[in-house]
Amino acid sequence: MDVLALLADGFAASISPLNLMIVLIGVTVGIFIGAMPGLGSVNGVAIVLPLTFIVPPGSAIILLAAIYYGAMYGGAISSILLGIPGASTAVATTFDGRPMAQKGEAGLALIVAAVASFIGGTISVLLFTVFAVPLADMALAFGPAEEFALVLLAFTTFVGLGGDDILKTIVMICLGLVLSTVGLDIISGEPRLIFGDLPGFYSGISFLVLAIGVYGVGEVLYTIETSRNAPMVTPARLTFSELRAGLSKMRGMWRTMSLGSVMGFFVGILPAAGATPAALMSYGVAKSISKRPESFGRGNPEGVAAPETANNAASTGSLLPMLTLGIPGSPTTALLLGGMVMWGLTPGPMLFVEQKEFVWGLISSLYTANVAAVLVNIALIPVFVWALRMPLTVLCAMVLVLCIVGGYAPGQRLHDVWMIAGFGVAGYLLRKADYPLAPLVLALVLGPLMEKSFRQTMIAEHGDVTVFVERPIAAVFVAISALLFALPLIRALRRGRNGSARPAPAE
Amino acid sequence: MLAADRLIALALMGFSVIVMWYAQRLPVGWEAETGPGAGAFPFWLGLGMLLASGAILARSFVTRPHSGETFIPDADAIPQVLGVVGLLLGAIALIPLLGAYIALMLFLLAYLRLMGGHGWLLTGILTLTTPVFLFFFFEVTLKILLPKGVTEPLFYPLYAMFF
Repeated sequence: MDVLALLADGFAASISPLNLMIVLIGVTVGIFIGAMPGLGSVNGVAIVLPLTFIVPPGSAIILLAAIYYGAMYGGAISSILLGIPGASTAVATTFDGRPMAQKGEAGLALIVAAVASFIGGTISVLLFTVFAVPLADMALAFGPAEEFALVLLAFTTFVGLGGDDILKTIVMICLGLVLSTVGLDIISGEPRLIFGDLPGFYSGISFLVLAIGVYGVGEVLYTIETSRNAPMVTPARLTFSELRAGLSKMRGMWRTMSLGSVMGFFVGILPAAGATPAALMSYGVAKSISKRPESFGRGNPEGVAAPETANNAASTGSLLPMLTLGIPGSPTTALLLGGMVMWGLTPGPMLFVEQKEFVWGLISSLYTANVAAVLVNIALIPVFVWALRMPLTVLCAMVLVLCIVGGYAPGQRLHDVWMIAGFGVAGYLLRKADYPLAPLVLALVLGPLMEKSFRQTMIAEHGDVTVFVERPIAAVFVAISALLFALPLIRALRRGRNGSARPAPAE
Repeated sequence: MLAADRLIALALMGFSVIVMWYAQRLPVGWEAETGPGAGAFPFWLGLGMLLASGAILARSFVTRPHSGETFIPDADAIPQVLGVVGLLLGAIALIPLLGAYIALMLFLLAYLRLMGGHGWLLTGILTLTTPVFLFFFFEVTLKILLPKGVTEPLFYPLYAMFF
């Protein structure tokens, strides 16, 4: 099979000593970042992205993907040991992970989380391998009209499925798109939105500046405010007998875990959904199909396995639209996409034609990252337990220093550092007022593509907007977009008629 | 929270107006040959943002969301957050004058000692090792020069050694 041959080539690249070392460093850093309360994969990737210039692009994306993966594993560690999720993706892991730790089964819970993450990751990478090529082949037929419709679809999923305040989501999408137009216009070359004629704005607002500001500085401010009372770390013992007991216990959970993996993968593909809702859904399903649903929430290992398989599977799933269509499925993949553009690679179907080695090197490194992550995770649990005792002020100080220097390094402009501070404070305030930040970052990344595809279509069609409904693929995307946009309205109307408020979907 | 919600909605409306004002200096309508003008995208999106944030403001008078909540639940956190923001801005302002190294060392010293309340040993170790790490990582490995300000002459011997 063709795919297998390509994958074999990819493996040859990904098990080169350099890449193997990068994967190990990446997952270790990722687990560490994921385990730190408040910091998740998106913060890790945002902070590390400026530092990736030392390695070739193929290795840089492997490093970032390994961090992404590691953070998914690491999130569970503080969910279990501290009772606060290390990242929003690990929220559901606290439901049963914390009670298990309090019962003295912290070691078992950590093993279950690690192995479940491994299974979720592996199944989803297999699904990824199967779906990537057909999807990329289909996307090869896309013209500007389809591209525009697809970006539109990505935004409307936030409105319809994001679960946040709809007006605030729309404001954030518009804000991100507006910020993406700052700088020189791609078609006429005229400078736009050069606020106060500052030269720093001529080169536009890099997604990196927004990401470091919002996910670095903003996150630090949020963490300082919300978790000043450091919670107690539950001690975890880890013995080989516990490891064996954990593994044998997990044999009974294959149904929950395979369901969680497949569900997580497909939820992860949706732009607005991502790993957090996938984990919550998987937890809900595991509970409802369980023979003893009442044991959930009281320390059932299955309640740890379900969300952990799903969040890892979702993180792989969200890579699929990013690589094949050029549309990121989550804020973290939006940053990866921005990084690829920075290194001179254009994500999208052409990547599978022109950069075969890069694509398959990345995919095969997902397999190696998975193996590395589960081994590093279990081997270094005592180290991470120790690291969780690090005072928050030390962590915050280090992150802020990295934000300043990391923000300066790529463009070598102090203007960017000021912008980072500004975005950090603004992002912190907006987040506190319930404005969702993910659509903002995604809009800044997708803005140039959206504008370019729209204007190209308009020029080609002489201003005839009906082209978006005449071309079949574009029409399907536009129709789904319209439906998603109408969804909240329909929901509100129904609610009004039945007089019963449905619980809002979780973040 | 209600007041904060309204203030933020107002600020966003203000920003939309600024964006629209800057965008309308460029063509925002249909241009022959080149399609939508350069200002069209930011202008109409700015309008969308203005309408949506205006709707948020209007809604706050009708449904009064979050009226029972406070914007900052823990008042003790305010000086902490303001302090960190102040230190951060101060450090960035000092970078062009004193250089990144001195500015960041002062930042670490102030943060760890005053806000973190850590002992001199930990503060000293972190304050002294961070610039060394930054120098070797950014300047020696990545060949990215950080701003030095008035401390530039101090680095001449180091440049001679590593470049």
